[in-house]
Amino acid sequence: MRTELLRRFLTDRWSVVALAFLLAMLLSSLLNGSLTGFEATATSSDTLIGPSPVHWLGSDELGRDSASRLMFGARSSLLVAAGSALAAALVGVPLGVLAGYFGRAVDAIAMRIIDVILAVPTVLVALVFIAALGPSTTNMIIAIASASAPQFARLARAGTLEIRERDFVLAERAMGAGHLTIMVRVVLPNILAPLIVQFVVTAAGAIVVAAGLSFLGLGIPPPEPTWGGMLQQAKAYMYQSPWYGIFPGVVLTLTVIALDRIGASLRRAMGSTQDLGRASASAPGRGAT
Amino acid sequence: MQRIGDQIAEIITLHGGTRSEAQRRAVDLLDMVGVPQPATRARQFPHQFSGGMCQRAMIAMAMANRPQLLIADEPTTAVDVSVQAQLFDLLRTAKQDTGAAVLLITHDMGVVAENADRVCVMYAGRVVESGPVDDVFTQPAHPYTRALLNCVPRLDRDVDGALAAIPGGPPDPMAERRGCAFAPRCPQRQGRELCGSEIPVLLGMPTSPGKPQRTAACHFSTEPPVSMEPDEGAAPSRAGEVPPDDEPLLEVTQLVKRFAIRKGVLSRTVGEVHAVDDISFTIRRGETLGLVGESGCGKSTTSRLLLRLVEPTSGDIRIGSVEVATAGRRSLTAVRQRVQMVFQDPLASLNPRWSVGENAAEPLRLRGDVSRSERMARVHELFERVGLLPAHSGRLPHEFSGGQRQRVAIARALITDPELVLLDEPVSALDVSVQAQVLNLLADLKRERQLSYLFVSHDLSVVRHISDRVAVMYLGKIVEIGPKRTMFTAPRHPYTRALLASVPVPETGRARTGAPLQGEVPSPTDPPTGCRFRTRCPRAEDVCAEVEPPLNDVGGTAVACHFPVLEPWDQTIAGADRTGDTTMPSDANVMTTGGPRHAH
Repeated sequence: MRTELLRRFLTDRWSVVALAFLLAMLLSSLLNGSLTGFEATATSSDTLIGPSPVHWLGSDELGRDSASRLMFGARSSLLVAAGSALAAALVGVPLGVLAGYFGRAVDAIAMRIIDVILAVPTVLVALVFIAALGPSTTNMIIAIASASAPQFARLARAGTLEIRERDFVLAERAMGAGHLTIMVRVVLPNILAPLIVQFVVTAAGAIVVAAGLSFLGLGIPPPEPTWGGMLQQAKAYMYQSPWYGIFPGVVLTLTVIALDRIGASLRRAMGSTQDLGRASASAPGRGAT
Repeated sequence: MQRIGDQIAEIITLHGGTRSEAQRRAVDLLDMVGVPQPATRARQFPHQFSGGMCQRAMIAMAMANRPQLLIADEPTTAVDVSVQAQLFDLLRTAKQDTGAAVLLITHDMGVVAENADRVCVMYAGRVVESGPVDDVFTQPAHPYTRALLNCVPRLDRDVDGALAAIPGGPPDPMAERRGCAFAPRCPQRQGRELCGSEIPVLLGMPTSPGKPQRTAACHFSTEPPVSMEPDEGAAPSRAGEVPPDDEPLLEVTQLVKRFAIRKGVLSRTVGEVHAVDDISFTIRRGETLGLVGESGCGKSTTSRLLLRLVEPTSGDIRIGSVEVATAGRRSLTAVRQRVQMVFQDPLASLNPRWSVGENAAEPLRLRGDVSRSERMARVHELFERVGLLPAHSGRLPHEFSGGQRQRVAIARALITDPELVLLDEPVSALDVSVQAQVLNLLADLKRERQLSYLFVSHDLSVVRHISDRVAVMYLGKIVEIGPKRTMFTAPRHPYTRALLASVPVPETGRARTGAPLQGEVPSPTDPPTGCRFRTRCPRAEDVCAEVEPPLNDVGGTAVACHFPVLEPWDQTIAGADRTGDTTMPSDANVMTTGGPRHAH
């Protein structure tokens, strides 16, 4: 089934392109400057020039190479994206599974807390966190993760509620399995598909939020290059060197589109394999009467 | 969401007529199909109707425009036998009143024998045989018809030894077909080329003058019939079994389960469902106890209570030396290893993300003291035993047919070498032909491994075939419990009798013994006082409403009735008032297929 999933995923050309784009981004971010010949923080006298054979995507007000900075900036963007999605999943999923599995009081309490967090926009929650903890990569991850965890919890809870009533969960209990075993080994793998999609969606959202926070000066402090930080600085030179601001914007947009594309494609691939299992499950047998 | 009355009226107005007129006629129709208080009921919604009542409303709808042909597609598949009997009585009167012809589509040979004039047997999309019901049942011409009639367990007699199961499964409808579709499973073929290369034509057969024509699609329909070989290794006879020893393996005493009905924000308990109410029974080593009853009688809850999958309200359950009801976590886990369960729907009870091998190995994995390679070795060994290819153990459950999946579930139940297996409707979701294979397997395994079974089922014929003793439940109570032989030859409780009388027997020219059940099961939230069956009982008197009858020994069986039936029960004597009534008098055609069409 796993190879089947991969095959379905790969039939979508655009998602393959998107995946290739993200991988290229990841790779280039690890090769600080060796691709462009400039280190991300190295200054020069060529300030605010447009794309040229030397500086492929131009340079900034300190003469630093934009291409190098963009590549290096991918590092923090992708780290924040993956880190916050992972942290959100690690907090949200266990909470949701517990709430769904045990129901009653556990469910009521967990879900009310989550409703409260969901009522506040992600950026606002993140702002409060950064304001309290100070700007850094870790704090940014904590901020975004705490705002995104409720979505994971809701999804995990909904999936668990559905799975919990199925006969194979009852069968597992009849074989002597404990609640923890059932939640980890039986429930979790069966609700994984929507969670993986949510992971990708959260990652895309995190990139945007991280850029937004950097743009407001609440992101990762300079001199480490970030896309949002570049956009913020470019704002001041919009008329002298429009290229300065355009490239970070384009890269940011492309990355989010790529993640979104992959998410959509995964959803379709997983949805159809689930249907495969369920098509025969829903076939009406002769009922017990 | 539309009111029942409106739904019927809509059909009438589609063919002309005013709204109010149609409404009035809708109420008349509901009255005709036996819906009580039709005027009130017409204003209700479908979810307020029970299954049987819904089906009555459907019949009312079908009769609304006085059709000339009524097509009934598995009309009673989802209802209890007692309701089934009522619905067919209704269908029969409806047919007489309107003079309509009926096309009845069913998988149940008993229903055919009891209701049809002519029968048409289908296999893999083709008619393989047709003719008058009497002829087809007494002298089936096609090997498939013969096999179909022989593979079902009988309510009216014991089948000695294994059931004559049809080997294999129905053909893949997508596959390209050459020759006779039944050839791979056919005993008549005897390796002949012709069956594999040429599709047999439906040919007329000699019939007595004045009778409808008979046809059969078999190259060798005129040959003397070759009977189906019983499964290889099948038991020569059930009679010579090891006698169950006297020590009870399972002892249930005064078991009670009430589900609270909660309402509102504060989850106040507003009522209770009396699911299982004060039942006691034992199962000895090597014994099969059949637990039967209509839907909602508490039989499935009982099986779940035994492993504390549902917490009992009160009562004792003893398995071996363990008090299950009060057991701590460790001893409960140990009990759950010694007692295994098989569920009705094998697809739902197998984890869809695990291969069938992993599914079957799961109880051993949970025990934690068997290495992975040993587990796989055990799985392969068991797969071979239950008739699965060990090489397929890496496949996922949805790649298998219903019968194969149930074999996986059985292998899983046996992997820890349990003493007791709880079988909750294990063959109800399977094709009749496959059902026989699984029943044979269960019987063989029981003998080989000295297993005890609790066999929960609504199908009385299946229970008769597999059980040593039988308990009949009604609204959470055991009304009669005793050895199989007396239960099916001399039932004492009026409910048992009525239940048995409701089951159609696949043989023509027979009438039912006694009258089937009338009415419906009362709500378990507010069960009748005294004897719970009294509201539907023909023998009920005042005392039944006041005093709850205890289980008393009456000639070998324990019966909970103030007035147990002592008259002999002879299934060969027709019920006097129903003799001429059992087959539909005018033209009713029947199509029979091997079972639910989606089961594969």
